[in-house]
Amino acid sequence: MIVLWKETTARGRCLIAVVLILLVGAPFVADRYTLSVLTLILYFAYVGQAWNLMMGYAGQLSLGHALYVGLGGYVGALLWLQFGIGPWLGVFPAMLVAAGFGAAIGWLGFRFGIEGVYFAVLTIAFAEFTRIACDNIGFTGGAGGLFIPYEAQRVGEWWNLRGGQFFFYYVALLLAAAAVVLTALLARSRLGYQWLAVREDQEAARAVGIDVFQAKMLAVVLSAAMTAVGGVFYAFYYGNLFPAQVFDIGRSIELILAPIVGGLGTVFGPVVGAFLLTPVGELLIALTSKLGFDHPGAKAVFYGLILMVIIVLRPTGIWPWLARVLGVEKNRK
Amino acid sequence: MSMLEVEAVSKRFRGVLAVDAVSFAVEQGEIFAIIGPNGAGKTTLFNMIAGSMEPDSGSISFTGEPITGLTPDAVCLRGIARTFQLVRPFPALSVEDNVTIGALLHRHDVAAARERALTLLRRFDLFDRRHRLASALTLPDRKRLEVARALATEPKLLLLDEVVAGLRPTETDRMVAILQELNHEGGLTIVLIEHVMRAVMALASRVLVLDHGTAIAEGAPETVVRDPAVVQSYLGVEAV
Repeated sequence: MIVLWKETTARGRCLIAVVLILLVGAPFVADRYTLSVLTLILYFAYVGQAWNLMMGYAGQLSLGHALYVGLGGYVGALLWLQFGIGPWLGVFPAMLVAAGFGAAIGWLGFRFGIEGVYFAVLTIAFAEFTRIACDNIGFTGGAGGLFIPYEAQRVGEWWNLRGGQFFFYYVALLLAAAAVVLTALLARSRLGYQWLAVREDQEAARAVGIDVFQAKMLAVVLSAAMTAVGGVFYAFYYGNLFPAQVFDIGRSIELILAPIVGGLGTVFGPVVGAFLLTPVGELLIALTSKLGFDHPGAKAVFYGLILMVIIVLRPTGIWPWLARVLGVEKNRK
Repeated sequence: MSMLEVEAVSKRFRGVLAVDAVSFAVEQGEIFAIIGPNGAGKTTLFNMIAGSMEPDSGSISFTGEPITGLTPDAVCLRGIARTFQLVRPFPALSVEDNVTIGALLHRHDVAAARERALTLLRRFDLFDRRHRLASALTLPDRKRLEVARALATEPKLLLLDEVVAGLRPTETDRMVAILQELNHEGGLTIVLIEHVMRAVMALASRVLVLDHGTAIAEGAPETVVRDPAVVQSYLGVEAV
């Protein structure tokens, strides 16, 4: 981490400090609703970052990341409900299970040369059949869902991830910040460079001695495990899991928008994207209902339009452009 | 024992026998050229040595160990680096990052790999352009980048697939000079495929001539270019 700080420009350091102070201080001034939106932003920044590692750095397209959110959520919730194992411990088996699924998908795809969109279809298929499985297995609560009951006497038991909006906000902030640091560290590591090489040209990557299969497997497994942590957070924050919701392809798409809009393969892209898109979504909900225009899907139409405008204007994402404007581009001596 | 031993390797693509039982050996410290008309099987032969293609029959060994059928990354790890005829830089990465990735093969520390990359970029006259994206380079620059990246993996044997094709004579001479330096000072063994006879004559100690997948001549460059079969099939009468 010290190395990272040293490599950041003075301006960048100031900016990071200001943003961090604002985020840490936000709960003391923001109302409950604003805080819930901020929590959602940080959650999307976190899972977006996890997806960004796989797509933005290693170039492997997953359209089924809801799978890992759902698996993380289900494992965390079931361990808590069935065995009384708290989420701080339960998060490790959750990561393990998601990593196992990631490894299975990766192995099938990469071993048999399934690339690009075909690989993406494979990721969708896994999310779909896990949804169907969870819908039909009694142990997971079936289609009726799984509930983590709200128990007033447990509020404040941070060791069991129980608490109010205030508490969950800080957990989300911690996750998002940790994801940024992890991505920054990985991006400047040997593995990070191998991922970039694989993303750019697999044949050329092999020619410089990179084990492409291994690099891609590591990307999927790491991304899956990281996303599962977000899933545990999701389950305990919302207190409910429905297979039809958590594993839905819509969720997978929702999760990848922030990194795409913010800037693929950049450290701050997913964060910037989440800070832009989530409030826009919330604003649209408020606006369409205020204007009496709340036909189902109205929000989605406007959201889609806004996305199109952003992508046309900034095809490589907001962050690379924003970094230039703010004068915090990478140090080039 | 020769450094590289290729024994009776063959490769067939459907009906076409692209490489037909070709054998040759390259000694340590040598510069060995493979020439021949388009479609003679030169690149296919390269691909089999580098592990991109598996031969249908025959065997290849490097420093006494069989490498037939190894994956390209395993071959590279053993000390054979290659360039591609149609250059394949990592387009959206900087020139410096391209070469750094090569240097990371035997170095786990990124800073050390970057050091090595910068040294190579100086040697290949790319230092001033190190922050440019590889996709923004001109073809001669990309060819040099291709060689620099391959060299960054610290190979014992370098396979060069037409690295001077498309270069102007002065650029060709510069590349020839760099390769000679690497060979003389570093003792690097080089196998090159080349159409530019100016480069072949200046560099190679021995030449193998392929035509329709078979070896039709092998020997010192001065002798080979006078070989009637070579003149007939490749060089043309006016070349000599």
